[in-house]
Amino acid sequence: MKRLLTLLFCLSVSAGVQASGGGNYDHAPVDLHNKTSLQNGAKVYVNYCLGCHGLRFLRYNQMAEGIGATEAEVKEKLMFVGTKIGEQMNVSASTEMQTKWFGTNPPDLSLVARSWGPDKLYTYLRSFYVDPSRPMGVNNTVFKDVGMPHVLVGLQGKQKIVYKDVKSMEKQEDGSMKEVVRQEFDKFELVSVGELTPEEYDATVGDLVNFLTFVGEPHQLDRKSLGIKVILFLMVLFVLAYLMKKEFWKDLH
Amino acid sequence: MGNDGADNSRRRFLTNATSVVGAVGAAFVAVPFLSYWQPSQKALAAGAPVEADFGKLESGKMMVVKWRGKPVWIVKRTAEMIADIKAVDGEVADANSKVEEQQPKYCQNQLRSIKDDVFIAEGICTHLGCSPTFMPEPGNTPVQGWKGGFFCPCHGSLFDLAGRVFSGVPAPTNLVVPSHYYLSGSDTKVLIGEDKKEA
Amino acid sequence: MGVLVKTRDWVDERFPLMDTWNKHLAQYYAPKNFNFWYYFGSLALLMLVNQILTGVWLTMNYKPDAELAFASVEFIMRDVEWGWLIRYMHSTGASAFFIVVYLHMFRGLMYGSYRKPRELLWIFGMFIYVALMAEAFMGYLLPWGQMSYWGAQVIISLFGAIPFVGEELALFLRGDFVVSDATLNRFFALHVIALPLVLVALVFVHIVALHKVGSNNPDGVEIKKNKDENGIPLDGIPFHPYYSVKDIVGVIGFLILFCIVMFFAPEMYGYFLEKDNFVPANPFKTPEHIAPLWYFTPFYAILRAVPDKLGGVAAMGAAIVIMFFLPWLDKSPVASIRYRGIIYKAALAIFVISFFVLGWLGMQPATGILTALARVFSVLYFAFFLLMPFYTKMDKTKPVPERVTE
Repeated sequence: MKRLLTLLFCLSVSAGVQASGGGNYDHAPVDLHNKTSLQNGAKVYVNYCLGCHGLRFLRYNQMAEGIGATEAEVKEKLMFVGTKIGEQMNVSASTEMQTKWFGTNPPDLSLVARSWGPDKLYTYLRSFYVDPSRPMGVNNTVFKDVGMPHVLVGLQGKQKIVYKDVKSMEKQEDGSMKEVVRQEFDKFELVSVGELTPEEYDATVGDLVNFLTFVGEPHQLDRKSLGIKVILFLMVLFVLAYLMKKEFWKDLH
Repeated sequence: MGNDGADNSRRRFLTNATSVVGAVGAAFVAVPFLSYWQPSQKALAAGAPVEADFGKLESGKMMVVKWRGKPVWIVKRTAEMIADIKAVDGEVADANSKVEEQQPKYCQNQLRSIKDDVFIAEGICTHLGCSPTFMPEPGNTPVQGWKGGFFCPCHGSLFDLAGRVFSGVPAPTNLVVPSHYYLSGSDTKVLIGEDKKEA
Repeated sequence: MGVLVKTRDWVDERFPLMDTWNKHLAQYYAPKNFNFWYYFGSLALLMLVNQILTGVWLTMNYKPDAELAFASVEFIMRDVEWGWLIRYMHSTGASAFFIVVYLHMFRGLMYGSYRKPRELLWIFGMFIYVALMAEAFMGYLLPWGQMSYWGAQVIISLFGAIPFVGEELALFLRGDFVVSDATLNRFFALHVIALPLVLVALVFVHIVALHKVGSNNPDGVEIKKNKDENGIPLDGIPFHPYYSVKDIVGVIGFLILFCIVMFFAPEMYGYFLEKDNFVPANPFKTPEHIAPLWYFTPFYAILRAVPDKLGGVAAMGAAIVIMFFLPWLDKSPVASIRYRGIIYKAALAIFVISFFVLGWLGMQPATGILTALARVFSVLYFAFFLLMPFYTKMDKTKPVPERVTE
């Protein structure tokens, strides 16, 4: 067990090391044009995450615009009593209380999609498994010895980890090669059912990750749509400038 | 350089076309740099309308709320004060609030308010932006025969308790009354910074 | 039109307007055979202007305070109108500046642009490069993310390796026992005022020196040797309009590439903006893997290749300092790679490969095999310079033409 976790830890470290952040993560279905997904993600975030993890760089009105909802809708469905539409999405519980509960401050998640990348988040939220040795009763294959409880367990249900034996040739200290057998992560198996089917759960987590990707950089759709216009404009200018250059350089031949 | 006419006109055309399109591009580049100076989302959020409840304000007293970083006064006027305002009609420059920009339509009246006893105004002198002092007591300060009002310490401008400017002081216009309305079902809760929406 | 001419004449009587225009543009004769590699000088100037302009705008909302810095950058990215664009122009511009400068330097290596009489021009250029590295290093602390913080911590600690005064010096540079608010504030001052002034001054003298000796060209032939009866180089053409219109094409082409990165991949997969820098600086928790931004990694790899702290710092410093001496290391009778023999071509190719490999190694964790590789390529890096006096003499060169070729 210990060996396995060490291995997993090494895997996740080496994955984190890669500049591209690739790793062996499942591909997150990110689509910021899908407003239904973003709205569902926002709803899940507010219901399950905002209690502990703030989004201190995002204002409710910016969220409304990004997820394609009106301010009135956001006020009604996604805001706590007493908050204002222009306010940032801070946590409701006080910070000191949180420190006591978890022994650490739950981090702000405004930028988690940029520091972790959507794929790692998507995999992480689907990789909690039962581990009675942990204080919260769960562990995570992406984030070893995670301090956070599995807040979505009611939706997903509990799952346990299933291992497989992997044989490989390894160099021994005396230089000879020998076949060794290691236990490696194979798959998860549900031990109790949640409100959602596995497919529905994956879709819900996908929506949540989609939402967090928007939160990481609220202007990214503007950025891309402006980019296309700017580049097309520059191409026109390039052709004109190139013809002008050709015209002047005729003198020299 | 090329001397034959055909070449020259093509050259002039291409130079002009490139210059014009390039200048358009430069103008586009200027847009983000200039817009950058606009109020940020934070400033806009801070500038959102504020709710004020003057239920606990005593008659004859003033409270201050902050809106868009500016002081907004709420004065509960007594019957005497109202009478004093009416008495100085002849001394103020714009007794009936003819200058439209200084207040919303529903405050364009003698007392410059929705309710006679409640006066709401931005506490910024219309001369050069100082914040005048509330001097409700009639007496000899700051001038002879003072019936109470606002006095701007910077350049001595005088306003009555309806924020109307007296003739012959540096300030040109009455104090600004911000958009505001009474929240439904309440006589003491106002939203400052927004006109009442048509239902 | 009459008014414009009159105004120009009025100014000209009081200021050498037309003189300057003619001397540096309309009657500045540049070799007519510039190729692709000669775009990068003007592009470097463009990037300098971009960095100064966007930098000035960023300071309008940035807060050089350890408590506020990280949030103020996100404030610019989210709450300020168009702030995200200005910030990406600056962050993408920093990397683009280095790309352009590296290509500009590589051009110099190919065509021998550092050789007599252009030694001082090269040295000014090297000072620009060093100032640019300092500017980039200090600028990278300002977002106050994890990589900003720990990168600065590591680099400043390098000074601790200097015998006797090292630890004191590191303390002095930080102004605190660790990188802190004091460090951030002084780096901000240097990044936005001191170093930009130095850079602009250096760029100015770089161009003054260039216009004194004249541009080199892909043939490495001095165009000033062959002049017509009016004293105009036979192979020269006026910079304006010929190279001004040509450089405009280069600028627009470059901007297209720049915009593709800036609008569609501003993080450049972690190369331009590192993932860990989206986590606020935490003095109690080092990220799992610290690597400087890509433009420093070749030198960082050399640093780590040496198994001794002081030795590593010395090697890294030497890797930069040795480039200053290039004009005196090259003993070849010809300037341009076009007329050099196979030895120089091979040496330059190995050098470029070494630079790339070291750059890649500098981003990887320093493990056994990689460290060994770093040592090999560090040796090759230095060999390019240290052996240059010998191999350039041995090299079999081709005859150089009298005049530039097309």
